[in-house]
Amino acid sequence: MLEKKAPNGVLVICEQSNDGIHRVAYELLHKGKEIAQSLNEPLECIVLGYKIQALSELSHRCADNIFVMDAKCFDKPEEVLYKKNLVKFIEDRRPNIILIGATEFGRSLAPRVACALKTGLTADCTDLIINDEKDFIQVRPAFSDNILAHIKTVTYPKICTVRYKEFDEADIDIEHKCKITNIEPYFTQVDHTTVSNIFKFNDKAISEADVIVAVGRGLRDKEDLNMFGVLADLLGGMVGASRAIVDAGLVPSSMQIGYSGNRVKPRIYIACGISGAPQHVAGMKESDIIIAINRDPSAPIFNIADYGFVGDFYEIIPMLIQRLRKRGF
Amino acid sequence: MNIVVLIKEVPDMTKVKFDRERGVVDRAGAPAEINPFDENAIQAALNLKKTKENVTITVVTMGPLRAEKSLRMAYAKGVDKMVLVSDRAFGGSDTFATARVLAAALKNIENIDLIICGEKSVDGDTAQVGAEVAEFLNIPHSYYVDKIDFNDPLDGEVIIEIEHISGNRQERKMKTPCLVSVSKNIAKPQLPTLKRKLESLDKEISVFTIKDIKGLNKENTGFNGSPTKVSKIVVPGEIVRESIIYRDDVNDFLDKVEEVLASKGVL
Repeated sequence: MLEKKAPNGVLVICEQSNDGIHRVAYELLHKGKEIAQSLNEPLECIVLGYKIQALSELSHRCADNIFVMDAKCFDKPEEVLYKKNLVKFIEDRRPNIILIGATEFGRSLAPRVACALKTGLTADCTDLIINDEKDFIQVRPAFSDNILAHIKTVTYPKICTVRYKEFDEADIDIEHKCKITNIEPYFTQVDHTTVSNIFKFNDKAISEADVIVAVGRGLRDKEDLNMFGVLADLLGGMVGASRAIVDAGLVPSSMQIGYSGNRVKPRIYIACGISGAPQHVAGMKESDIIIAINRDPSAPIFNIADYGFVGDFYEIIPMLIQRLRKRGF
Repeated sequence: MNIVVLIKEVPDMTKVKFDRERGVVDRAGAPAEINPFDENAIQAALNLKKTKENVTITVVTMGPLRAEKSLRMAYAKGVDKMVLVSDRAFGGSDTFATARVLAAALKNIENIDLIICGEKSVDGDTAQVGAEVAEFLNIPHSYYVDKIDFNDPLDGEVIIEIEHISGNRQERKMKTPCLVSVSKNIAKPQLPTLKRKLESLDKEISVFTIKDIKGLNKENTGFNGSPTKVSKIVVPGEIVRESIIYRDDVNDFLDKVEEVLASKGVL
């Protein structure tokens, strides 16, 4: 019998999204390259999907090898079918380290893959380090984001999911050459789950917005949301909300920002009538600039804001809108 | 319809202290409670019981003996049976070892149709155990489920809806047995009645130790059976920001806002 080869290489699992490949993959390739170089191992990636676009963009990102399974059976993502194909591929290829984006599908898929391979999984990493002893250290928040745990995996492959927008994307280098290998799916169906319908309700996820105007309990009436829409449009951003507004049924949960909602890192975050409960802060504290408007001078949101105004956003927001319009917006 | 709800007892996160100097988490002053996300899972099961015939709910937790308190709270809310999976050997389990223990323990419960768990725990934050249990049991699973339905009587499949807050909804049919991890939006947790609370106090709990569960030993559970090891805990410092707060000078504030928007390339 042939000896199994030693685990080698960093493998990024890319996720197909509607307009190509989910951008977290480009971030993982950037970080993955760093890790692969310090271990002197290759960087590879695999993408499963149907009518996959953006392969040429992917090929200029820095991976040494790209593997593609493009087939109708991956049209509507289902975890078990993806798992079976990935596990077979991984068992043949034997990578040392596997990076998966902590998207909703990634979070649901990764534990199945890791468990089937009888190996460890570290969730939602925010940093990955190769230390002086060449150990792979996975850094992840725990206890509701209050601590950072450094985790080592003692089995192979070492698998982790990594949060979106933690690392810069790998640069596009049109000189970069890599090998693209198409693979026929090993399995094309599962008989226990039927994904009958997928429909989009958002063209753009709030986690992608550069500017977020967020509203909280201070909102008096659903109609008043219009003014936030106007401001967000002027700034090329999106409207977000605290849990209170979502629970009140005023906006859908896709707009919710916080520990149990979306985590966002925009360039500008404008918090209006939001007190700054830990639940909310966990989802936005890493924004570049935080601007807060609240009537209560003791609201905790002011402690984490760069700039704040103690007052009523019902007065301030229309004034800001007027100023922006004067500038010709 | 036999439903199992997997729950975890966690410390009340608002009372846990984090020592930055020593990198220590101090739970001593924090009372234990049912993981808040699991409250929604319990309620989802209770809502099915309200509307369908012959639904039996068993709540299962893995933890020290004192975790029986959380099981009794779930009973007070209306579940039918309680199982505590508890053994010193299980201490220090990571998600993989935990899932191995839970999956093996569930084989002691007959004819499970549906396993429900919460989105994640507030202490571990991993959201991994559900899918890992499903993999050990070789059954399908779905995450972020906010609606569960099935024909009454059950005809071997459940119909679920998934909401990804990033922007899409899915409808799926899953053959039973299957596992669903539910979002907070599926059901609003309700308080127990006093009558059920009193009844819960002397209701029997089934306790499974390592000897009662097939396939488990001291090597494949607990710290020994865990492929991931925590090497260090860091309590990060607060992000320090300038916090320039304006009170009466609206125009100064708005000047500043415009300046910042411009400097960040928004204007």
